Amino acid sequence: MSITINGSAAELPDDPRVSLLDYLREHRQLHGTKKGCDQGACGACTVLVDGERILSCLALAVQYEGRSVTTIEGLSDGGDLHPVQRAFIEHDGFQCGYCTPGQICSAVGMAAEARRGVPSSVTADLSAETIALDHDELRERMSGNLCRCSAYNGIVAAIALAGAEAAR
Amino acid sequence: MNAFTYARAADVADAVRRAGAPDARYLGGGTNLVDLMRETIERPSALIDVTGLPATIEEREDGGLLIGAAARNTAVAEHRAVRSRYPMLSRAIVAGASGQIRNMATTGGNILQRSRCAYFYDHAGSRCNKRVPGQGCDAIEGLSRTHAILGASPSCVAVHPSDMCVALAALGAIVHLEGASGGRVVPLTDLHRLPGDHPEIETVLEPGELITAVELPALPLARRSTYRKVRDRASYAFALVSVAAALEVRGDTVEDVRIALGGVATRPWRAWKAEAALRGAPATEASFRAVAEAELAEARPLRDNGFKVELAARTITAVLGELRGGGA
Repeated sequence: MSITINGSAAELPDDPRVSLLDYLREHRQLHGTKKGCDQGACGACTVLVDGERILSCLALAVQYEGRSVTTIEGLSDGGDLHPVQRAFIEHDGFQCGYCTPGQICSAVGMAAEARRGVPSSVTADLSAETIALDHDELRERMSGNLCRCSAYNGIVAAIALAGAEAAR
Repeated sequence: MNAFTYARAADVADAVRRAGAPDARYLGGGTNLVDLMRETIERPSALIDVTGLPATIEEREDGGLLIGAAARNTAVAEHRAVRSRYPMLSRAIVAGASGQIRNMATTGGNILQRSRCAYFYDHAGSRCNKRVPGQGCDAIEGLSRTHAILGASPSCVAVHPSDMCVALAALGAIVHLEGASGGRVVPLTDLHRLPGDHPEIETVLEPGELITAVELPALPLARRSTYRKVRDRASYAFALVSVAAALEVRGDTVEDVRIALGGVATRPWRAWKAEAALRGAPATEASFRAVAEAELAEARPLRDNGFKVELAARTITAVLGELRGGGA
């Protein structure tokens, strides 16, 4: 049983109880992905699976056999940070930083959802082919990622900036 | 979390065969079951992963849809035909949970998700008839602000937490089941049981029966439909009150209507009384308010949740007004 983590093949654990989050942190020593609530309420454990954002705390690792997982460590290209990572630095999109890897992975997945027209609960026109990430859309779509330092203004500004740069 | 075996179902027959094992459970996205297993509220001996079973969304010739039970919530919400023909369903799904959870959660799993009652989760300190049958219920006399005002019993007052199911109830969705003794279909509105004396038995599913698909009948009325959710936070919170509704008005008269309620009842609550009273009635705010009050006449609030009666009446009235259009 194998899984791809940040482009490299890896063996899955034998014990099906191991969550994808614990597998990444304890078995693969990838400590970027954070354990906040461990019950699907905070978003700190968000990773990308085949490009889709999910909560690794509620995922059993064995369920993801054959899939490709990208964590915060895999978002940067060598020494070059991902544009969303750069934008978080530029806009002070964090204070303590604990929620940040989850925020950034979530933002990357979220942007792809909006590009292909996935509606949100504040989308007025359900027939839209693609969703412009205005202030309300961005905040609604990121509502699954909590920040107890409440750096939300910087987070929203960073994601908006990264989105604007990607659109250029 | 207790020890369990894990297997991926190769197909529906394989899943049903494996479910014959004692204490086996089907596993979808895991967003509810894995959490409950970690809390040791669920202790299955075997998990049968059914996320590899059909997840297609098939457009039928009559204009209806057949949604594979493994279809993720996001996939249903974003599907073109769902957005155009059943907008209340898209809106209900995206009103629930978070983007990450909607990418994981399956259609079948959403229907079978268990209670979010705090007393159900509090296995260390509270009595709960759902968790331990016959134990008693600490919710009824406890903090009751979020509990049900409709469909409750002296055994259980927990609300059904799903948003998606409220839309499915309003749309007349048909749930396709497969079990050891063959296949059958059950209307979504008959799938969840009222708690009565046995709140631990939450659905009419037989042990080992699997949801394979959800059928949405053709319903032209639903093109003019919506979902409104009232909650304590602007996002990522369960409903205090929610309303799924579709409305067709001819002249000044209500030709047809569908209404279902969430956040107020022990199961997805189809407002049959309100619908019957509104068909043929004037499409006025006074009518909307009157049928909402008729539906809520049997509401039985507890100490802290009386506000839900008025909130539900106002939300029903407002949603029908929005669908009718043309100002107040």
